[in-house]
Amino acid sequence: MSGPPAPRAPLLEVHDLTVNFTGYDGVARAVDGVDLAVADGETVGLVGESGCGKSVTALAILRLIEPPGHIAHGSSVRLEGRDLLALGAKEIRAVRGNHVALVFQEPLSALNPVLKIGDQIAEAIRAHEAVSRSTARWRAVEMLTAVGIADAERRAASYPHQLSGGMRQRVLLAMALACRPKLLLADEPTTALDVTIQAEILELLDGLQQKLGMAVLLITHNLGIVAERTRRVYVMYAGQIVEEATTAQLFAQPAHPYTEGLLAAVPRLDERRERLRAIPGQVPPAYAWPAGCRFHPRCPHAWEKCAAEAPPLLEVAPGHKARCWLVEEPMRRKK
Amino acid sequence: MLRFAARRLAFAVVSVAAVVVITFLLVHAAPGTPMLGTAERTVASPETIARQRALFGIDRPLPEQFLRYTGNLLRGELGESFVLHRPVADVLREAVPRTLLLGGTALVVSLLLGLAIGALQAARHHSRTDALLGAATLVLYSVPVFWLGLILVLVFGERLHWLPVSGMTSAGLGEGLSPLGRALDVARHLVLPAASLALVQAAAFARFQRSALVESLGAEYIRAARAKGLPERTVLLKHALRGALAPTITLAGLSVPYFLAGSVLVESIFGWPGLGRVAYDAIFARDYNVITATALVSGVLVAAGNLLADVAVAAVDPRVRLDR
Amino acid sequence: MSPWRAAARRFRRNRPAVLGAVLVAALALAALGAPLLAPDPLAQPDPVRLQDRPPSAAHLLGTDPYSRDVLSRTLNGARVSLLVGVGAALLAVTLGTGVGLAAGLAGRRTDEVLMRGVDVALALPRIVLLLAVFAVWDQAPASAVVALIAATGWFQASRIVRAAVLSLREADFVSAARALGATKPAIVRRHLLPHVAAPVIVSASLDVGNIILLEAGLSYLGLGVRPPTPTWGNMIMDGKDVLFSAPWVALAPGCALVLTVVAFNLAGDGLRDAFDPRMAA
Repeated sequence: MSGPPAPRAPLLEVHDLTVNFTGYDGVARAVDGVDLAVADGETVGLVGESGCGKSVTALAILRLIEPPGHIAHGSSVRLEGRDLLALGAKEIRAVRGNHVALVFQEPLSALNPVLKIGDQIAEAIRAHEAVSRSTARWRAVEMLTAVGIADAERRAASYPHQLSGGMRQRVLLAMALACRPKLLLADEPTTALDVTIQAEILELLDGLQQKLGMAVLLITHNLGIVAERTRRVYVMYAGQIVEEATTAQLFAQPAHPYTEGLLAAVPRLDERRERLRAIPGQVPPAYAWPAGCRFHPRCPHAWEKCAAEAPPLLEVAPGHKARCWLVEEPMRRKK
Repeated sequence: MLRFAARRLAFAVVSVAAVVVITFLLVHAAPGTPMLGTAERTVASPETIARQRALFGIDRPLPEQFLRYTGNLLRGELGESFVLHRPVADVLREAVPRTLLLGGTALVVSLLLGLAIGALQAARHHSRTDALLGAATLVLYSVPVFWLGLILVLVFGERLHWLPVSGMTSAGLGEGLSPLGRALDVARHLVLPAASLALVQAAAFARFQRSALVESLGAEYIRAARAKGLPERTVLLKHALRGALAPTITLAGLSVPYFLAGSVLVESIFGWPGLGRVAYDAIFARDYNVITATALVSGVLVAAGNLLADVAVAAVDPRVRLDR
Repeated sequence: MSPWRAAARRFRRNRPAVLGAVLVAALALAALGAPLLAPDPLAQPDPVRLQDRPPSAAHLLGTDPYSRDVLSRTLNGARVSLLVGVGAALLAVTLGTGVGLAAGLAGRRTDEVLMRGVDVALALPRIVLLLAVFAVWDQAPASAVVALIAATGWFQASRIVRAAVLSLREADFVSAARALGATKPAIVRRHLLPHVAAPVIVSASLDVGNIILLEAGLSYLGLGVRPPTPTWGNMIMDGKDVLFSAPWVALAPGCALVLTVVAFNLAGDGLRDAFDPRMAA
């Protein structure tokens, strides 16, 4: 894949999304002016360390933020042109699980422990479609088979704690895809699983996506998954998008020092090293973002401008943007 | 499920046995002269006391007394009341149903009231309603049940004359009333004593249910349920409440001791002729056999309460059934 | 910031909790100073004329059927309630911690046996046992009340401690300490106890209120600490006979009870929230 992606009608357009949390220590801007877009059928990655705001972004898209958090005025989340943030309660519920579905990180805690899994899938169907209980149950069993669970009919009557981690994740997928959504927000879909199961789940997701013609926003901190499965990537740090590019561009020529750091931190087999290359310092707490460029305290190339002025997203190449002054002044890059 | 119930039943039997043994030992081991009321004790001569003791077999060695007692128990013989000069079994047979009526009503009312208040608080948590209700339940929870009974008597009985404050039935009316009329009469007498018992325990349930529900509502699967597009009412009732129900049922089962203790106090205040009254009088008269028998019955009731609660929880929460 | 400091900070920010703590302190002061503050609670200066007098300048809360000043008896009653409440709670928690530690650190067999015993004990009706004992024990001193209430109430604490010990036993920092050669008692003292302390403290402080009500119930029935020593429970017992004619006799100690228990519950809730903050609750 090379060159800029052909322009497609955006399915999801997030503009200037800001989510604030009011707490004892002040107001935390967990998500600060985030713009992103996902086109029909596209797989887009959202990468970042824990605490950068990527999960909150996903929740905000479906308006699942609860007090003490709230979505700031001026944010907009458009699905096929409709602003989800302006919808009434009934209307947003019609979107959730139906047009846009969310797969959670921890399958054991995302499933209700006292209800049978078949029940939990069926209720998702009945929430959006006027079908009888038996039809919903039958479709739930179908979904379980579609996600690769053997003996689905019997399994539908089990409880979450009776299944293995991998199976639970499949159940979450089944629940999310039951109503054939156009967009799937997958929050760390494989983090809680063993490596071998991870691969299976991702294959499954791929296959289902092809079949349903679904777009996927893949939220993860795992660069390996991003490299294999996504077409475009957004990199998030401290509540902001710091780089956006096609996957090929990002891995070939990262423009933001943070992205460089992330890529360099991945240990390689063809390299002899004594120590892992870590990004020095820590992610700052959300109620105290540094002034200027938020990454500057940890950046090897930072100079005075970085501490004084916060950079906007600057264009590196068509379809490739980075939030860094180095884009304008590449000579400042230290060797 | 059956095996689970059977295991719990066996456990309940062991508990009751333990109650019998411990009560027996405690009652016999505590210093003081049993079975003679305070007044009699001060005037009775040592010989009279000795004779009384021999008469009722209290001067025998402890193991022998215990064996005799257990033997009698197994045969259904609970001994005789020193004070009332009636078989203890008869006394209990009259008194226990009355206490079950009072305690049972109070338990049901307090559970429903507590669940409702707790759920309301959780649904509106951190709002002014929540704060007000929270303060009210805190105060109610801190009130001694016997004092509440007295206050109710003072307000409703003396000042307002709305409800009867004594006895289970109105004197002198018994014959002329239809069964329905009699039932209504008992019901009127039931209100105040049941209210005293129920209000304090309702506050306890409300506090507990509120925190259980708030925690349940914060669970990830609640968020997942909302993400599926389920209506809020379904989220609350089907998902949140089910999760919070199990601990509340357990609490209800564990509240049986409080209702029993409360009934000792409340029945004496309101003159309700139940097990509590019997126990109260027996305590003051040092009526050995009645005290032990009362302890036994209480032990059985408590064990039954725990057993029912355990089984109910297992019915609601499938994770419990598979443990151990 | 150490977890203790963080907890203290959270407690300070919690207004109701601070109110509870302040009230408890005030009550403790009142109880300690009662003999000095109040006129002699046992005195009957004028047996007939002063019987059942309503509140007045000389007797702020009136007098009781035995011509004693209600205010001073109420203040003195605080001593018994606080002594029994705090004393029994501390004793119970100590017993519970001991058993919980033993069960958590011992081998499987001992643990099973101990915990079965606790399960059975938890099923016993505490009130009934206490009633049975004190019914036949006429002159029980306050220490006996404390001891018996504690003896019938340590089971929950042992469960909590055992659970904490079991979860910490396999924790990495314990293995690390063992690998460094620490002895078992040292591990218990320096590593386990501090972790176990928080839930134990919370359990104890929430217990105090219940124990105070329990003791009041016992003395209302004329058991436990007997008259003429004033306890709030036996004052209410005196007051119930003159409830309509002299309501203040029963009202004063009752209000004192409610106030005290509310104070301990507020403080206890505050401690629980301080040690285990969860945004919502």
